[in-house]
Amino acid sequence: MAELTLSGITKSFGATTVIHAVDLQVADGEFVVFVGPSGCGKSTLLRIIAGLEEVTTGSIAIDGVDVTGRPASERGLAMVFQSYALYPHMSVYKNMAFALENMGLKAPEIDARVRRAATMLRLSDYLDRKPKALSGGQRQRVAIGRAIVRDPKIFLFDEPLSNLDAELRVATRKELAGLHAELGGTMIYVTHDQVEAMTLADRIVVLQGGRIEQIGTPLELYNRPDNLFVAGFIGSPRMNLLPARAAGQGAVALGEAGQEVDLGRETALTAGTSVTLGIRPEHIALAGEGEAGLAMTVDLVERLGGESYLYGSAPGLPQITVRLDGQTSHGRGDRVALRFAPAHLHLFDAAGKALRPDRA
Amino acid sequence: MTPPLSLRRSAARWLGLFVAALMRLIDWPMRGLQRLLGERRMAYVFLLPNLVFFSLFVFLPLIINVVFSVTGGAALFPSERPYVGGGQYAYLFDCDSFLDPGSCREDHFWRGVANTLRFTTFQVVAMVLFSLVTAVVLNMRIRGRGFFRAVYFFPVLLSPVVVALIWKWILQRDGLLNAGLTALGGQKILFFIDPGWAMFWAIFVSIWAHMGFYTLILLAGLQAIPADLYEAAEMDATPRWRAFWRITLPLLWPNLVVVIVLALIRGVQTFDEVFVLTGGGPGTATLMVVQYIYETAFSNQVQNFGLAAAASVVLGIVLFGLTLAQLAASRRRSA
Amino acid sequence: MNRVARLLLVRRKSGRWHWTDIAAYSYLALGVVLMFGPVLWLVLSSFKTQAGLLEFPPSLLPMSQREVMVQGFPQPLPLFSATLDDGSTRVLAQVRRIGIVAQMVDPENPAQQFRIPIDKRTPVREFKLATENYTEPLERFAFTRFLGNSVFVTVVATLITLLINSMAAYALSIYEFKGKNAAMLMVVGTLMIPITIILVPVYLVITKLGLVNSLWAVILPGAATPTGVFLLRQYMLTLPRDLIEAARMDKASEWQIYWRIVMPLAMPALAVLAIFSIMWRWNEFLWPLAVLTKTEVHTLQIGLNAFQGELQTQWHYLLAMTVATLAPVALVFVFLQRFITTGIANTGMK
Repeated sequence: MAELTLSGITKSFGATTVIHAVDLQVADGEFVVFVGPSGCGKSTLLRIIAGLEEVTTGSIAIDGVDVTGRPASERGLAMVFQSYALYPHMSVYKNMAFALENMGLKAPEIDARVRRAATMLRLSDYLDRKPKALSGGQRQRVAIGRAIVRDPKIFLFDEPLSNLDAELRVATRKELAGLHAELGGTMIYVTHDQVEAMTLADRIVVLQGGRIEQIGTPLELYNRPDNLFVAGFIGSPRMNLLPARAAGQGAVALGEAGQEVDLGRETALTAGTSVTLGIRPEHIALAGEGEAGLAMTVDLVERLGGESYLYGSAPGLPQITVRLDGQTSHGRGDRVALRFAPAHLHLFDAAGKALRPDRA
Repeated sequence: MTPPLSLRRSAARWLGLFVAALMRLIDWPMRGLQRLLGERRMAYVFLLPNLVFFSLFVFLPLIINVVFSVTGGAALFPSERPYVGGGQYAYLFDCDSFLDPGSCREDHFWRGVANTLRFTTFQVVAMVLFSLVTAVVLNMRIRGRGFFRAVYFFPVLLSPVVVALIWKWILQRDGLLNAGLTALGGQKILFFIDPGWAMFWAIFVSIWAHMGFYTLILLAGLQAIPADLYEAAEMDATPRWRAFWRITLPLLWPNLVVVIVLALIRGVQTFDEVFVLTGGGPGTATLMVVQYIYETAFSNQVQNFGLAAAASVVLGIVLFGLTLAQLAASRRRSA
Repeated sequence: MNRVARLLLVRRKSGRWHWTDIAAYSYLALGVVLMFGPVLWLVLSSFKTQAGLLEFPPSLLPMSQREVMVQGFPQPLPLFSATLDDGSTRVLAQVRRIGIVAQMVDPENPAQQFRIPIDKRTPVREFKLATENYTEPLERFAFTRFLGNSVFVTVVATLITLLINSMAAYALSIYEFKGKNAAMLMVVGTLMIPITIILVPVYLVITKLGLVNSLWAVILPGAATPTGVFLLRQYMLTLPRDLIEAARMDKASEWQIYWRIVMPLAMPALAVLAIFSIMWRWNEFLWPLAVLTKTEVHTLQIGLNAFQGELQTQWHYLLAMTVATLAPVALVFVFLQRFITTGIANTGMK
């Protein structure tokens, strides 16, 4: 168990810089998820922590010890690869024992550790099989088992679920959460799937273009995104992001119609400033008869039974998504008026930064 | 008397354990080196043994070869050899007429060149022709293709000495072939006494021995041609021979070039089969350049290393040119 | 028989035989005779007695004269079919030959003796394998020694080749390092340099190392084959990088990654190289000929070549030894034919 400190990590391949001065603290026993679109540098960052890539500048410390120059084999970390990277010529047992042999452990100790991990991961019946003879889910568990037996300082996961089908992915996700609860180790997990990030993480690090966009607990990111990117990336379906203009104190005007929306708070914006208004689909309600609201034409209705989604358009605005509880009678072509809950409105300036009451 | 299975199995296990222990033993200094050099620079450690062998037996000899060729005398060590400049080359090239080996001072070398040239020309032409025909036939929907392919291929694996002895036995005075000739009412022919026949059989045997290899390359090329091209041609009512000329040959051309150049390179280097089959005879009728080099350096009364080195530098330049041609051809193949 | 015929005659479109099909099968049949025939003839001949080899025209199968033990004679006697004066033929054993007359006995009844002109008798022959062609050279010549030398050279050279070539291939496929391109260039460069060109200077190096007339002189110079490095590197490049990195995470040293991960996974390529190396080494001729001048270090190929010079008349030994030399290669071929041919087709080397 260990804590990890990244300070000023920069990584360049030739002239292109893929990681820009990243600072990060990971506490002992914490489950941290790196999330971001592909090419955001999250895997590179993980590999830098692992010691598989060298940093260009900056330093990495584990438990306060600088390990920047140390090769992967001397950092005491374990990694689960996206491809699992199981040794195809070794049995499940050998795959798990390989690292322990390299550590110079005695045979009885190796055997005990492998069997304990195998029991935990329900692999006891497959120890003599080669990876080829296992299902995708079993291979995945062997890869995790190979990390567990090591009793590493930090577990690193590189998109470990992306090769599984949807159902198995959900099941394994739950197992991973249970495993973290059981082992209590420090874990760093890379994924492009924000649902995985939300469900697994103690803290999420959102990356884009090699920079950290925001660090926080899942709900912090959900409720208080720092910028447009995080707002759009976290949450499914996406937050509605609507271009708007500041209109007087505490209100913005939307679309061609210039529909005013009350922000429920004062802002220091001068009238006419371009901003972006963000609102999650579940925070939009349909206005009752005679109530004022943003006029929208319904283009598509998705009925999921327990909830419904309306997708619609308003002149001068991108498509708007509305989530309704239960079932709805609205259909394509209906005209509805939308009401935004002021407490859940997000406002972003032209540069994409969140405008919060405390900062604005 | 084979040992019982359990014993043999345990022998294999002991061997396995021994190798494992040996490798662990090597791992110990290797880990030390790795700590010293870091992961990445271990590459040099892994490269080192091969490089030592390369430099000792290829690079160094290449340089020495040139040194040899510009020095004279019978001494083996370069330091004891007097410098003669281009003397060896001048001696080699001292001819009244390059078209007549007899007019050269070193007539053996030029006979070797002439023979090698003759041998290579006929051999390459016949080799390409036969291996192409064989590959095309094997590529037809033939029953037992694997068997026939193996039949044509297996002589490739035989050693040149064995190949030569097999044919020497058949071609000898009282051999199978002469028995056949007399049975048909002909006369015995002394194949190795007649210069023309000796050269013919040298070429024939070399084709017999190596045809399978070239056939295999061409067959691989033929099988890479998509079948639907021929189906399309059939739909267009293209005659078979036309399909061969307009589809097969153009698409096979890169492989053909490789075959031609490889056969050229090997032809120029021909030595062992012919040496065992004819000994270079009768007289010098089948003496090849490589045999000349070998005999000049090793088996003549006076070992003339300088002259042999000069001759091999000349041979090397020819081979270098051919190899460049091959690289260009194979690059076009992969492109 | 009928089934075989039907199998052979089945055509691609259950249609008529095109003339090209007939031509193709004729060509292949001729090929079988031409390619297999000489080897078959060699094997058959190698089982003939010395006398049988001198026959002209030669018999197809190894035949030799039948001999019988006759009461009263210590040695077995050769059997003849003799035509008696009265025109009847009997099978008699020859006791001795005096000029143009043979003194013969009836093997059933040794008391009865005959005098037969030698042109009135023909030998009774039977199919018999002259295995002594194989056994005698073992005792009389250094054949076992040559065999041992060849096996030693082949095995040791192949092991060294596999080891150092795979190490170099590993370095050139897994790592990025300064001078990698230069190293690759050197490997490519040596592809163009056959031993025929550097015969003399390699001999000098071997002399300097004090290895002339040692088997190591044959083993060492060809150990670092550029073809081998190429073949292995090409294969190792296809191994997933993740495996190497996983092993590094698993605290494996670089040597362990090479030995325990990459080598087992490169087995298919190693096997191809091993077969090629065995073939090269077993059949190698020119270089051993130059550097191994003493009989006790001759390899099979050199020994065989020396024999054919010395034993002009002793074809029966020479043929048997030739068969013994090609047998291992033939065996390897029978078992690994598909493997070898696809290997060659894929790499274009031999």
